[in-house]
Amino acid sequence: MSEALHLEFEVAGNNFVSAGGASDEVKKTLKMLGVSTASIRKVAIAMYEGEINMVIHAGGGRAIVDIYRDRIVIVLQDNGPGIPDIDLALTEGYSTATDSIRDLGFGAGMGLPNMKKYTDEFKIESEVGKGTTVTMVVNFV
Amino acid sequence: MKLKNIVELLNAKVYCGEDQFDMELVSACASDMMSDVLAFVKDQALLISGLCNPQVVRTADMMDIKCIVLVRGKVPTSDMMAIAKQKGIAIISSDYRMYSACGVLYKNGLIAGDQETV
Ligand SMILES: Nc1ncnc2c1ncn2[C@@H]1O[C@H](COP(=O)(O)OP(=O)(O)OP(=O)(O)O)[C@@H](O)[C@H]1O
Ligand SMILES: [Mg+2]
Repeated sequence: MSEALHLEFEVAGNNFVSAGGASDEVKKTLKMLGVSTASIRKVAIAMYEGEINMVIHAGGGRAIVDIYRDRIVIVLQDNGPGIPDIDLALTEGYSTATDSIRDLGFGAGMGLPNMKKYTDEFKIESEVGKGTTVTMVVNFV
Repeated sequence: MKLKNIVELLNAKVYCGEDQFDMELVSACASDMMSDVLAFVKDQALLISGLCNPQVVRTADMMDIKCIVLVRGKVPTSDMMAIAKQKGIAIISSDYRMYSACGVLYKNGLIAGDQETV
């Protein structure tokens, strides 16, 4: 497989039943392609955290995924409120999640740190009032 | 430890996974915060949680966790059951509170998933 397998998903905002569906599809696809369990785990964690962030913080968004023989590139795009201070948002434990979000099991402020930790390349571009784009690459081992 | 032993130890009600009673589970983690669960890549066979919504099942699936223990007698929703059945994840529920449920399982030899040995 020299060219990429291209997948796109709409991620609905504030829907906690469908949340994670895109990550699930990607995980299944990687499994089918015979990617190692260790690599799949990293992709699953990073993409799921990013997907949940779009659901919770941005009113939904779009996941664009390209799978190559040796790596995966995941782009998560939303038109949400944006992140005013990216360094602060990347700090372990920092969260703006409300109590009702915490009651759902999110808001530990560990999502972005987890995404960074489990990917080989990680980039956030964000503009307040416009939206956020997160680009992640995991090299398969 | 087999799933059936865990069900007995916790006096748990089985909502999903009766056919997996002989599944072997060696380690566990417990949290109500899903990012905490996702922060440790070690193989954790069992997730103990006071949280009861579809994202608990999704989180478990992302980590290849095969069994969820709900504490304080929580009853899984139909959405949770649907995902769990599709993914082959067992869901059991115990009246124990989180601390006690963890204590019982730990005492009986189920180790923490985020450390090698104790
Ligand atoms: N897509 C996004 N749009 C707007 N703000 C975001 C987005 N992603 C993250 N943030 C902001 O960055 C903060 C930190 O995100 P992070 O994922 O680390 O933690 P969290 O989502 O609050 O909690 P957790 O991920 O542990 O459940 C969030 O609380 C939110 O303020
Ligand atoms: Mg998050």
